[in-house]
Amino acid sequence: MTGECNPRKETNASLSQLMIGSQPPELQVRAHTPGAEVLRVGGLSLPALDPFGVDLQGIDLSVRAGEIVGIAGVSGNGQRELLFALSGEDTRAPAASIQIEGQPVGRRHPNTRRALGLHFVPEERLGRGAVPSLSLAQNLLLTRQEAVADHGWRGWMGWLDLARLREQAADIIERYRVKAGGPDAAARSLSGGNLQKFIVGREIEAAPRVLIVSQPTWGVDVGAAAQIRAAILALRDAGCAVLVVSEELDELLELSDRLHVMAHGRLSPSLSRGEADVSRIGVWMSGLWQQEATHAAT
Amino acid sequence: MLRLEPRAQTSRWWRYASPLLALLATVLLGVLLFVALGKDPVRGLGVFFWEPIKSAYAWSELLVKATPLLLIALGLALCFRANIWNIGAEGQFVMGAVFASGVALLADAQSAPGFWILCVLAGVLGGLCWAALTAVLRDRFNANEILVSLMLVYVAVQCLNYLVYGPWKDPMGYNFPQTKTFEAVAQVPKLFTGLRVNVGVLLALLGAGVLWMFLFRTRAGFAQQVGGMAPDAARYAGFSARRALWLALLTSGATAGLAGGLEVAGPLRQLTPYVPVGYGFAAIIVAFVGRLHPVGMVLSALLMSMFYIGGELAQSRLGLPRSLTGVFQGLLLFCLLACDTLMHYRVRWVGMPSRTVRSH
Repeated sequence: MTGECNPRKETNASLSQLMIGSQPPELQVRAHTPGAEVLRVGGLSLPALDPFGVDLQGIDLSVRAGEIVGIAGVSGNGQRELLFALSGEDTRAPAASIQIEGQPVGRRHPNTRRALGLHFVPEERLGRGAVPSLSLAQNLLLTRQEAVADHGWRGWMGWLDLARLREQAADIIERYRVKAGGPDAAARSLSGGNLQKFIVGREIEAAPRVLIVSQPTWGVDVGAAAQIRAAILALRDAGCAVLVVSEELDELLELSDRLHVMAHGRLSPSLSRGEADVSRIGVWMSGLWQQEATHAAT
Repeated sequence: MLRLEPRAQTSRWWRYASPLLALLATVLLGVLLFVALGKDPVRGLGVFFWEPIKSAYAWSELLVKATPLLLIALGLALCFRANIWNIGAEGQFVMGAVFASGVALLADAQSAPGFWILCVLAGVLGGLCWAALTAVLRDRFNANEILVSLMLVYVAVQCLNYLVYGPWKDPMGYNFPQTKTFEAVAQVPKLFTGLRVNVGVLLALLGAGVLWMFLFRTRAGFAQQVGGMAPDAARYAGFSARRALWLALLTSGATAGLAGGLEVAGPLRQLTPYVPVGYGFAAIIVAFVGRLHPVGMVLSALLMSMFYIGGELAQSRLGLPRSLTGVFQGLLLFCLLACDTLMHYRVRWVGMPSRTVRSH
């Protein structure tokens, strides 16, 4: 036991200090000066693939270099479907409805989008973001190409440089302080937080132009969560466009420069961090932003 | 009450020890079987495990039977690792034999010396086309590949029967259902004079090497397997499931067809209704006992080949039915599955949940 306290009298920071033994690093809030538009979604409507899914209706979204855009909302309101369309796991979107730096990619496969600089951290770590039975090093191959030969007969065969792969994995393990038995540890042997750190590290180290993160800290311990958020902020400061989809409003308010709310397959207009307050977003989560707009007009 | 509980981590050591333990259990059950049949168990085991390796001739026969088993198992491993269940390798093997025979029958005394290569390539094509039927049905109509490939085995056997009882029957063959013996140029060259083992065994070993490199050293091989382990991860990574399906089925069809071509143009030298002897099904056991690993499958193909030869010898030497081969194959697979279950789960004795037993 590290201490005793009355949780009602403590702050988030002091509680996490008790839990992890140290204070999570203070998040730096910087002036928001976004650059050019990197990811653009225009009028994206898409019927759901599975019968219990949500149809996307007229989604408009834009993410600029050097800003974090958050999407709030209760899960099951179309977030999953939107992310499938953005990542390329679903290629039914009209080509021009999704653009990466002006290039229409709606019908492109994940590989092509990745080559254009779009990287994605899915909410399911085991089974989607990583293959449970494979080692961390092998799991790099899902989204990274550095250890694959790219010229000559080896390039033609897609020859793997296993030493390089392990080195790369060891590097991510060290840099993101992943607690694992080394590059050869099976993905399923890691705790949720440590695997998430590894996956986030894998995507961030790819130096993306735009990073999409779904539920960055779901089921992750406080220390790892703070570390993941800090890494996302650092990436933003380095000039990457970041889209974060999360159910945790606190997290979104902490990270985002602008915020959308998703409800019933529609996306609200964006709010700047200053405009976003909890009660307003709560109302919008039931899809009531149109009414607010009409009220304002009358 | 006995209950199976999944183990958190399966031991790496047991992964490789489990097939050996299964083999040991099979041998022990075999001893019991021989005793029950009133035969000397030492002699019985000798027939299965010593006779097939005691001379150069025996080794040659062992390799002749191990070659098709290994070739087919290599292709099947590629399928099974991608979670594609091609159960119809026997049919692809038969079609390979039919296509190879069709070309071999075209040869005459004036044909060029390398003619056998054409026969074998035709065999590859035959197996490939037969597997492609399954692939099309699965890809276009989402038909279950287990059922489709299995049922196509019987269609292939009927095609074979039609040909050997009809148009391809040897006019000089006393009405036996068989083709004429192939010309020498259409026969696969033997490695040693006087022994039946031919270049096919080298092709099979080469195949094992190629499969090892593909699976463990190339990105395409990695992509092929991810779909089998975690389909959502494959989709996330952008590895095409259709591509994995076609690659797996066409490759396994091609290797089974190659085995069929090598079989008729090699040891058999003609097409008969006795071409299908179950190599395609036995290769499934070879693949699993070999842990779907190329090196493991080389060893398990030799073992299964021993069972084939041992069964034949048991018939002539001990007066036991030849179906002993099937019994041993089945026992081995059964023991392996049992060992694997114990590897993945631990058995625990749990007391009956508090339910009072009332006496009347």
